[in-house]
Amino acid sequence: MGKVVVVTSGKGGVGKTTSSAALGAALAQSGDKVVVVDFDVGLRNLDLVMGAERRVVYDLVNVIQGEAKLAQALIRDKRLETLYLLAASQTRDKDNLTPEGVEKVIAALKKTFDWVICDSPAGIERGATLAMRHADVAIVVTNPEVSSVRDSDRIIGLLDSKTLKAENGERMEKHLLLTRYDPARAERGDMLKVDDVLEILSIPLLGIIPESMDVLRASNVGSPVTLADGRSAPAVAYFNAARRLKGEDLPVTIPGEKRGFFGKIFGRKAA
Amino acid sequence: MTEVLTQPRPIRLKGRSFLALALTPELPFEDWLARLDDLAARSAGFFLRRPIVLDVGGLPIDRLQIRELVDQLGRRNVRIMGIEGAMPSLLGSDMPPAMSDGRPASDFEAPVAHEDDEAGTTEHVVPSDPQPAKATPSIVVTQPVRSGQSLFFPEGDVTIVGSVASGAEVVAGGSIHIYGTLRGRAMAGTTGNASARIFCRKLEAELIAIDGFYKTAEDMEPNLRGKAVQIWLEGDAIKAATLG
Repeated sequence: MGKVVVVTSGKGGVGKTTSSAALGAALAQSGDKVVVVDFDVGLRNLDLVMGAERRVVYDLVNVIQGEAKLAQALIRDKRLETLYLLAASQTRDKDNLTPEGVEKVIAALKKTFDWVICDSPAGIERGATLAMRHADVAIVVTNPEVSSVRDSDRIIGLLDSKTLKAENGERMEKHLLLTRYDPARAERGDMLKVDDVLEILSIPLLGIIPESMDVLRASNVGSPVTLADGRSAPAVAYFNAARRLKGEDLPVTIPGEKRGFFGKIFGRKAA
Repeated sequence: MTEVLTQPRPIRLKGRSFLALALTPELPFEDWLARLDDLAARSAGFFLRRPIVLDVGGLPIDRLQIRELVDQLGRRNVRIMGIEGAMPSLLGSDMPPAMSDGRPASDFEAPVAHEDDEAGTTEHVVPSDPQPAKATPSIVVTQPVRSGQSLFFPEGDVTIVGSVASGAEVVAGGSIHIYGTLRGRAMAGTTGNASARIFCRKLEAELIAIDGFYKTAEDMEPNLRGKAVQIWLEGDAIKAATLG
């Protein structure tokens, strides 16, 4: 039985889709079978970021409405044979996502994949709540600035109340992925500090992704950053985040932070 | 004449609930009034200065009968503050106002006269409830209160082991204790408890209020920001001081 991961944030433009694709590709490179599902019906982007936009025939809505079989809608990545994509519909709207339909699709995907990564749309409406509904694990993507942090806090509240796990009285496993972290701006004090964000959100840190042109470049050529340039700083950060997601105890380092001898030894433990 | 308003202070309107005695008359009223007279004779002053609500729900009576009943009770010094369960059409403007949504409380025990009671000693009504007063209820929350969440506890004190996020609110009938940072709103003593206080380990609040008096972040003293603070009410003024 695979794990269902929702990548969510509340706020738009913080890097949900980029992170979904990058983590999906990182997990797939470790040998796991991964499917990334785009829940942003009407505003799909995941197909572009994963370079599959010219191969989409059927999508999530087609499957839910019974117009296509799940196997027909799954698009296999050309570079990684363990990585799959289930695209969102661009022409329909979110009302076509029914709770029963989503439940059926997720249950079917869980049987064949090790990881089902649900790329949530921004906001707290139907699309976002359905994307998180069946999740086992949540990755909350946050930028180090106040509005993003507050929206993430709101989403964590919803994860603890509106998901199936929460309704069954279980605890939803939540991780913070801090993206677009700019060491230079952090140095000047223009950004929230990592400790401040962690204190406000009080969930464990999965990783810190540095702000980088590599991410933008990778998106533009339709390749997850962990596939495009595995040695770049953001790719390394995503690879490490994926290892932590698989349960490895790996210290998190803050990009650009000058640390002394002891700091280097002890690093920063993922809470 | 011109009216000079030197102090443009708004009028405060607050909801408050009180305990009233509910009388349930029965038909025919003559018999019921006779029984009431009997009770009043045994304990003079039982109804004196007590707020009384007349519950006429389910009684097939008309406007004239209600008026007659209220008059009869008035003659017995029973003052009716409101009438429950009557059609609005039955109550004129010169009648006590209609009341609704009454919540039941424990029954009043009518005083029982003892045979050897001397006249004049029954004026003092002893509360018949021998149980000790109940402890004020309180709740403890061990998780952070997230943005968009509202913690509402009008019954008493709220203790939060964690922070209250920006965009979250805590509303308590009693005091609020926050073992973490208060970034959102905290409203204490909302049911009219002016002695309620707010305590927090770190003050970054958007708004604080006690018994209807409030202060926004802008009005708060900047030197209290980020400090461990307690907030209380002194008259109409919200006071705050750092803790230890």
